[in-house]
Amino acid sequence: MPKKIENVGCPYCGVCCDDLVVTVSDDGRKVLEVENACAIGNEIFQHASSEGRISLPRLRQPDGTYKDISYDEAVDYAARVLIKAKKPLIFGFGSTNCEGMAAAAKVAEKAGAVLDNCASICHGSSFLAIFDNGYPSCTLGETKNRADVIVYWGSNPAHAHPRHMSRYSIFPRGFFTGKGHKGRKIIVIDPRYTDTARVADIYVQVKQGQDYDLFNAFRTVIRGEDIPDEVAGVKKEQILQVAEILKKARFGTIFYGMGLCHSDGRNHNVDIAISMTRDLNDFTKWTIMAMRGHYNIAGPGVVWAWTTGYPYCIDMSKKDRAYMNPGETSSVDLAMRDEVDAFFNVGTDAGAHFPIEAVKHLKKHPWITIDPNICMASEISDLHIPVGIVGVEVPGIVYRMDNVPIQYRQVLNPPDGVISDEELFERIHQRISEIEAEEGITQTSAAAAGTQTSFVGE
Amino acid sequence: MSEIIIKNGFVFDPLQGIRGDKVDIAIKDGKIVETTALTNPKTIDAAGMTVMAGGVDIHSHVVGPKVNTGRLFRPEEKLFQNIKKTGSRMEMGTSIPSVYKTGYDYARMGYSYVNEAAMPPLHSPHVHEEIRDTPIIDISAMPVFGNNWFSLEYLKNNEIENNAAYTAWLLRATRGFGIKIVNPGGSEAWGWGLNCANIHEPVPYFDVTPAQIITGSIETNEYLGLPHSIHIHPNNLGNPGNYVDTLETLKLAEGYTAKNAFGRTQVMHLTHLQFHAYGGEGFNFESKVPEIMDYVNSHDNITVDIGQVTLDETTTMTADGPFEHHLRAVNNLKWANVDVELETAAGVVPFVYSANNKANAVQWAIGLEIGLLAKDPMRTYITTDHPNAGPFTRYPRVIKWLMSQAAREAQMDAFKHRDKVIDVTNIAGIDRELTLYEIAQMTRAGTAKALGIADMYGGLAPGMDADVAIYNLNAESMPSDAEEIEKAFSRCAYMLKDGIVAVKDGEIVAEPAKRTIWVDVKVPENAQVNRDIYEHFLKHYSLKLENYSLFEEHLHNPRVIEVNAAE
Amino acid sequence: MVDKLTLNMITQRSIEEGIAMEKGKTTQEYFEACSIIEMNEEDIRTLGLLPNQLVRVTSECGSVIVKAIKGRQTVYPGLAHIPQGVWSNQIVPPRTQATGEPQYSGFPVTVESARGEKRKSALECVQGAVGLWNGE
Repeated sequence: MPKKIENVGCPYCGVCCDDLVVTVSDDGRKVLEVENACAIGNEIFQHASSEGRISLPRLRQPDGTYKDISYDEAVDYAARVLIKAKKPLIFGFGSTNCEGMAAAAKVAEKAGAVLDNCASICHGSSFLAIFDNGYPSCTLGETKNRADVIVYWGSNPAHAHPRHMSRYSIFPRGFFTGKGHKGRKIIVIDPRYTDTARVADIYVQVKQGQDYDLFNAFRTVIRGEDIPDEVAGVKKEQILQVAEILKKARFGTIFYGMGLCHSDGRNHNVDIAISMTRDLNDFTKWTIMAMRGHYNIAGPGVVWAWTTGYPYCIDMSKKDRAYMNPGETSSVDLAMRDEVDAFFNVGTDAGAHFPIEAVKHLKKHPWITIDPNICMASEISDLHIPVGIVGVEVPGIVYRMDNVPIQYRQVLNPPDGVISDEELFERIHQRISEIEAEEGITQTSAAAAGTQTSFVGE
Repeated sequence: MSEIIIKNGFVFDPLQGIRGDKVDIAIKDGKIVETTALTNPKTIDAAGMTVMAGGVDIHSHVVGPKVNTGRLFRPEEKLFQNIKKTGSRMEMGTSIPSVYKTGYDYARMGYSYVNEAAMPPLHSPHVHEEIRDTPIIDISAMPVFGNNWFSLEYLKNNEIENNAAYTAWLLRATRGFGIKIVNPGGSEAWGWGLNCANIHEPVPYFDVTPAQIITGSIETNEYLGLPHSIHIHPNNLGNPGNYVDTLETLKLAEGYTAKNAFGRTQVMHLTHLQFHAYGGEGFNFESKVPEIMDYVNSHDNITVDIGQVTLDETTTMTADGPFEHHLRAVNNLKWANVDVELETAAGVVPFVYSANNKANAVQWAIGLEIGLLAKDPMRTYITTDHPNAGPFTRYPRVIKWLMSQAAREAQMDAFKHRDKVIDVTNIAGIDRELTLYEIAQMTRAGTAKALGIADMYGGLAPGMDADVAIYNLNAESMPSDAEEIEKAFSRCAYMLKDGIVAVKDGEIVAEPAKRTIWVDVKVPENAQVNRDIYEHFLKHYSLKLENYSLFEEHLHNPRVIEVNAAE
Repeated sequence: MVDKLTLNMITQRSIEEGIAMEKGKTTQEYFEACSIIEMNEEDIRTLGLLPNQLVRVTSECGSVIVKAIKGRQTVYPGLAHIPQGVWSNQIVPPRTQATGEPQYSGFPVTVESARGEKRKSALECVQGAVGLWNGE
């Protein structure tokens, strides 16, 4: 008898739909049907049960081919790479649960690694802006229940977050928003006339790279000052019109994406977006939210903040304290300066998503990929360790784009013998301890006695 | 199994009325036992030292989303940090320490139990993940209720049984401890950028007043017979003249008596009273502590904690969303806000309390006046509303100020506006110095009683958890230099958790397992409440009901307190 | 008509890329979804390109052959888009403005006809860059 599993969370994007219904075969090995998911989510579940999954770690041989090895051997190899490296880089975590991230942080601390996640090349600019300016935000249900004005700025949910608009922003009928789409004004600001722009009431075509200027113009108008006839390619009349809508909203949310983070200005674009949100709260209620990409890419920021106080770019090479300085301790910059001497690609694909120049630099040193699937990173690695797919084969907590924790379920059994990220990192941690004990390596910092607690203000 | 006897110490255990007598404390298998139950114990010689039960913190923000937002958005706090690693994990952060530093620092001060003051129900899995990673200390977390749409509807219509059924359901769903109320009605109003400035101003749309929410919540709490009373952060925090609202809030408890099986006697715990005891207006505000404490002292069904300003740079964080929005306009620093659908709100703003700032110095005086004018230390507790008025790591300094008039005068002399501060406060005229016994009441015995957990925590009677703090203080010959008091409470000589020595000479030597304490209440089946829950999740929440309640696998080392309200 | 045109390049997600990525980066779907450049009709005309013609796109740090299409999500003249993925990252400058984030959007490229050339497969792009491509 096939089994129907309800309320399944989707391991694709930061929308974290948790209403999927997945029908699996009697033996728990195959997905037969997926309901409610978008095309991409559907693909993830279908792919999980397809043939050809890797079920053993693979080690690169001198002739360039891969040879299957046992998990014990792989764990030992990984542990020795970490011990030998002066400054290994552990990067990724776009597709890992929080339990795995916590375990990885433990390994990074023990190994004196730099710990970084995909935000480093994605919403890292948002973190930088948040460090400077804060983050007036809300949960997605607030937007659904209250918002009468929605702004998508430099984000394209029709492509990147397929069910965002129907679940939370444009279409749903909430408590105070019983009219759904009819009761809302949708503003899309983007250099491209995207598929998201097609559903907008107002489309504002900003010149690529000039978002900061346009924000500045809005802030100026909102404060009652005058602006030039055209800013960032946008006519003054349209700026005035949109500013008026922003000020008259009962409750508004600005959703922004890579258009701000990847363009010139980076964090400054996000910073001024936050400032505009602050300004608008002098008139009415406004909130802002980063359109986080992967389903649990908010997770490492959350988990590592409670672990180390920093969300990303965490240099733990001193082992008894952490240090963060994006630009210095960020993965791509470390790679380009040849500052790291081993690379762990975890639940992501740096091979495909880093600029190829950075990939070339990292490839000078041992490269280990930890990921369920074959990807570009796995195909250039020295070692590929497969793990179970979170949200399909491994349950756990993930953080949605609004930092709301969602408890994900297991719907399939992983391929025989395949373990979770969490178990893998726990085993690597254990193995490092064993090797250190065997070889008499002592952790100088841990052995040191006497602690100095410092207080701010002293 | 493991046996320990603590000999020769001056024992202060208000729950048993022990006032510094030399009593042997016997420990077996993690519990306090009669000395006769031991066969071959290890001895800890506490000669010349003070022995108390492990500290019990009634109100502190240590785990959860807003705490973590504070950690995340303040990298500057960690920039010049230089702490040697002595536990199993590194320690980062100052006013908002990492979970590891939180656990270690509480243990170093001799605390074994912390009650997390505000858990947004929607984020309970996050809270429990952080509890899992916080070492040594036992933690309970109170879900916030005062702006919850279910409660607003039920309490508007005075449907106590329905509200009780919902409360029981939410406590179970979140593995929560008790009823926390923050700015009743005001945080819901903040959904529209508004607030409820006093207890009579109705909540927009819901048309229920904060006063109704408060009395309804008291009735709900006593109907259920929970271990703790309602725990309230009242309306109008931080504003001059707010003592009027505070007195009105306190008076709402009149006529109610505690009904429970846990030894609790209050029906309302009003938290961080310091922020709510202001007279005057604008920048000319003044202490109204005598008016408030007269009321508290003469009403047995109320408990309070101080929320002492420690004159540090810190990070404010509260479910009082409109207040944090107000605060960011005061200091123009960065501002984080999270409104939580159907439930609550939260804001975070860094803040610098300075001895050079008159207002901050007045706040300092007001906090200490509360402790010093308290007639019943079993009902007035030491907190800093961590990290709002200061980090919890300053408790030893607060204790010093409360125990030493000289220390207070030294601080006042350091104020830039000393005379102006003295003019509008009463602190200069108070010569009371609290005793070790009173400190034990204010930091463990009283708080454990108010939380309804005094059968397990806060005392040293046989049968209780063997959580013990030993301080390097000779009760018969207290140091003449008050700094020694602060030092002793900062780094205890020993801290035992469940009979295991976790701290020795102020350093972490072991990290025994910690627990999650939660309250499971049985109530009669309630079809209407079940239907309301179903409807709100169908239409208004952004996630499924089935994914909302904490999965059992995400609850770590639970200790459940069972309450039967079904009979 | 000109032989070479300088455009402002952005690289962002597309749903086709998302679906194909989950299927696998070595699939034909991923190849078709990502080895393309979306340009404004006017710029396509200026370069005298035929529909679906291959072009060479060159940035400060490399070049890549992709297929030029008009695309449904139109860009204005002077702007061009290659979906995020293996091909776009052959030319994305790794400079980060000291933020950690490479210049994924808003960098100058030249576009020219590449008639007669071939697009590389994903594996050839990536393995080739690190000396692992064995020509299969």
